[in-house]
Amino acid sequence: MGLNAALSAWRKWNLDVFRHEQERIPAAEYLRMSYYERWLITVMSLAQQAGLVSNAEIFSGRPDGSSAPATPPLRPGMVGANRKGSPKVRPTTVTPLFSLGDHVRARIINPTKHTRLPRYLRGHAGEVTTHHGAHVFPDSNAQFHGESPQHLYTVRFRARDVWGEEANPRDSVYADLWEPYLDHA
Amino acid sequence: MAPHEHPPHDHQDHSDVPNDLALRVKALESLLVEKGLVDPAAIDAVVEFYEHRVGPRNGARVVARAWTDQAYKVRLLADATAAIAEMGYSGGQGEHMVVIENTPKIHNLVVCTLCSCYPWPVLGLPPTWYKSTAYRSRAVIDPRGVMAEIGHVPGDDVEVRVWDSTAEIRYLVLPERPPGTEHLTEDQLADIVTRDSMIGIARVVAP
Repeated sequence: MGLNAALSAWRKWNLDVFRHEQERIPAAEYLRMSYYERWLITVMSLAQQAGLVSNAEIFSGRPDGSSAPATPPLRPGMVGANRKGSPKVRPTTVTPLFSLGDHVRARIINPTKHTRLPRYLRGHAGEVTTHHGAHVFPDSNAQFHGESPQHLYTVRFRARDVWGEEANPRDSVYADLWEPYLDHA
Repeated sequence: MAPHEHPPHDHQDHSDVPNDLALRVKALESLLVEKGLVDPAAIDAVVEFYEHRVGPRNGARVVARAWTDQAYKVRLLADATAAIAEMGYSGGQGEHMVVIENTPKIHNLVVCTLCSCYPWPVLGLPPTWYKSTAYRSRAVIDPRGVMAEIGHVPGDDVEVRVWDSTAEIRYLVLPERPPGTEHLTEDQLADIVTRDSMIGIARVVAP
């Protein structure tokens, strides 16, 4: 956690890139690994791809002289300020496609890259319950294609529609979905 | 970190890290420090921050205030980020807060099926079980079954809402105030609000 925060300060990657990198771990390995092992592998992979460390250095554990010593961007005194966080909402002039109460359907998509539309919701219909404004769009940001802010909605799905008759008829699942994930139902 | 026994409830949870993983992390850290890429004191500051200065006690104070101050509760439900910031809690993974209220007819449960998103400024770092693939998959499919394993099952007439944290909106459950707590002060109420009740996996019980 501390290591990731310190390395992230170099701004060679963003949160969406980090999540995508973790998702690239082959499924069998992902399920075998502990939570922190996944993080370690992910951080190591990102640091290598960003050119912060070389493959040889990872294996030997020692600097190989291929890069000059650097000055760490994250100093202890900054940690409190860094904890301000980074809001993901962005201004937009684009009119939202959906309104509260609209019936929408999550698209059936099958991207090879990062998305935050869970598989279990694809193709299912729900109702818009909240509009959060435009937020950084992970599908774009994870590929270093820019923030591309899209309108973000909370959509409510009936549990029975998603899981079948065995679900309690009263129950529901809520998910926060960006406009490109949705069609009018 | 050496494995150690930890009690249930809202104790700040530590994950048991196998020794070889800890060694690998240390090896990476040493390399990065030697290259000047990270400052070890900065790493320590981050760890110290998340071990001691944020934690479920923050969320418990928010809940206790909402239970005792109706005007605050209204603000909390209308704009949770601002209301939580009033108490001095804000920061990473809490930039877009939403508080969801449990009632006799509605029970809320929070999960992140895609990774382990969690409202750090009010609850600290998530417990191991919250990050497990078992919880991530089962909470959304069978919330009642998962809650039954912890001990509380909402009645059939209760609507269970599972909130999947797929974006940067972070959810905090406002649990129901248990009966028999009318005489408690706000501080005493904060003492009984558990982390698990703010995730929605359990209820708050009177002492």
